[in-house]
Amino acid sequence: MSAIAAVSGNLGSIAYGLAAIGPGIGVGIIFGQGVQAIARQPELTNVIRQNMLLGFALTEALALIGFVVPFVHQ
Amino acid sequence: MSARLLASGSGDKFEAPGLHIFDWKPIFEGQAGLAWLTKPTLIVILAALAVILFAWRAFGNPKLVPRGVQNVGEVAYLLVRDQVARPMLGKDGDRWMPFLFSTFFFVLFMNYAGVIPVLQLPATSHIAIPIVLALAVYGMMLFLGIKHQGLVGYFKNVMFPPGLPKALYVILAPIEFLSTIILRPFTHAVRLFANMFAGHLLIAFFATVAWWFLAEKLTPLGAGVGVVGFVMTIVMTAFEIFVQSLQAFIFTLLAASYINSSLHADH
Repeated sequence: MSAIAAVSGNLGSIAYGLAAIGPGIGVGIIFGQGVQAIARQPELTNVIRQNMLLGFALTEALALIGFVVPFVHQ
Repeated sequence: MSARLLASGSGDKFEAPGLHIFDWKPIFEGQAGLAWLTKPTLIVILAALAVILFAWRAFGNPKLVPRGVQNVGEVAYLLVRDQVARPMLGKDGDRWMPFLFSTFFFVLFMNYAGVIPVLQLPATSHIAIPIVLALAVYGMMLFLGIKHQGLVGYFKNVMFPPGLPKALYVILAPIEFLSTIILRPFTHAVRLFANMFAGHLLIAFFATVAWWFLAEKLTPLGAGVGVVGFVMTIVMTAFEIFVQSLQAFIFTLLAASYINSSLHADH
């Protein structure tokens, strides 16, 4: 069976691109909702920013795993 | 700063900087006793000394009316206390300030080494250094959790948060165990490492583009690319300063959050 299409170069970069889709959407939602929440309740800015950063850090974890896997799996 | 690191390629082909820009030989080569002293370890030592010196100058001999470094120190202390310690740890926050303050500034200075001329290498872009810091927080988290909630109580609180339907625990318990006990130290260390690593690589890439197209192989067509690389180097350096501060802040914030999760069970 012959290949119809092939990818050359470092597959790790493609893996990272795929791994970054979900966290990208997630981080967008977190900051979008965070800004909206601050606009609605400016007096709670500090609390919202705190939770926004915490949620951002947790969402980012998946992208980070995708970033490291190519180095581990060489 | 050898020629191998500055030259962006051999021959006529442009070569993007790769992982080799993170490899540093011992500073005093050939001396067996000093084989550990490479540029990253030197930066760690300098950062530690900088934190000690900063805290000493700021708080060693405090005056009622602050002068000089004490002004900066008090602003820095307030930043960590009001943005990290108190919101995360509540009334325990002030007791944890020495740890959080030194962690924040140690990480911050190691990160800033990435944009300080001559040093220009964030020590945290070597995975070993974030791992040690994250393991210290992880060990503390387990120790405090077991001390305050008991060995069984701690793992029960982590894996079986109360007030949920029984059937849900079948899915929830393994996920909670995985995310809290196994993935937490991993992401804590890798978040810092990956951001510094990628940032350093980006700056190095644009700087190499500028050097290659403007200094080594200056051609009328390539000069435009070189100018773009030069401008992007400056922009990315500014962006890196922001990311470095943010990552040091998030590292401390998460450390405080992990400690808090051990001091008090989630309700």
